[in-house]
Amino acid sequence: MIARAAIAALLLACAAAATAADPVPPSGETAPGMSALDMRLKRLEAELRCLVCQNQTLADSNADLADDLRREVRSLALAGKSDGEIKAYLVARYGDFVLYKPPVKPITWMLWFGPFALLAGGGAIWWTVLRRRANAVTPSATTADNTGEMRAHKLLDGEDDVAA
Amino acid sequence: MKTLRWSIPLAIFAILVAFLWVGLSRDPREVPSPLVGKPAPEFALAKLHAPNETLTPGDLKGKVWLLNVWASWCVSCRVEHPLLVELAKADIVPVYGLDYKDEPDAGRAWLAQHGNPYTDSIVDRDGRVGIDYGVYGVPETFLIDKTGIVRYKQIGPLTPEALKQKILPLVRELQR
Repeated sequence: MIARAAIAALLLACAAAATAADPVPPSGETAPGMSALDMRLKRLEAELRCLVCQNQTLADSNADLADDLRREVRSLALAGKSDGEIKAYLVARYGDFVLYKPPVKPITWMLWFGPFALLAGGGAIWWTVLRRRANAVTPSATTADNTGEMRAHKLLDGEDDVAA
Repeated sequence: MKTLRWSIPLAIFAILVAFLWVGLSRDPREVPSPLVGKPAPEFALAKLHAPNETLTPGDLKGKVWLLNVWASWCVSCRVEHPLLVELAKADIVPVYGLDYKDEPDAGRAWLAQHGNPYTDSIVDRDGRVGIDYGVYGVPETFLIDKTGIVRYKQIGPLTPEALKQKILPLVRELQR
């Protein structure tokens, strides 16, 4: 039971970590006085990677290139391009790497579905092991440990004084 | 069943090691360019040494050429520069320079000081053309074929190995 509780706690912790790692800020999180465009750009830039300092988003980076790309994103947005079109524009130049959230396609299947496959595989192994163990326990109790049986025989034969 | 008990975890471990090994030996700075195999993006930029003239990729149709992105402020450009000068002397493939986010005066002075390997340099002051080429770490070098298709991209300074093992063999193949 302790093991089971520990696994449950671990799974919960993983789930919490996964949501905490999400680079996209909740859409409600905006400073007052920001225009709709600024809010949209801020959200979009948080989904784009700065190529120079690779672990920062375009929104967070102070790199010169990030400045240029923010300007580019703004001018595309002002030209009426949708978020998808702006992302496609950057992907055509810098590759999928600019997206913090990689697209689902055959080459990223492992990335997207691998963890679930591992979890399912681990779960299947766990389940079979538990079942085998349960099957193994029932017969061994009667055969390997026969002192109880012997005692029962003794009792039935009236040789023991325990009943008295 | 006994062998399965240790061979399966061992196999999983081996696969993990293989993945991590390959992952560690890769340079995360080298992002594969989606441009390779696609037409070189268009531009029409003023030449560094003849500001009234412009150069476009169309002018170079029929030629195999290198586009080297450089700048006077770029420190690692100094590392690769002697190699470029040598390459220009060997006259194997024309090298064009894209002076990226640079003051033209500073660019000209830099070339006067370090030698000018470029058939022509063009000036990309605001870095717009750099964005079209997916430039994110100067120096970068593109190899463009006779039909204007990008065939190779070197991120960071050119090295003698990259030149000898990848770029020059590809140049010879494309020049045929």
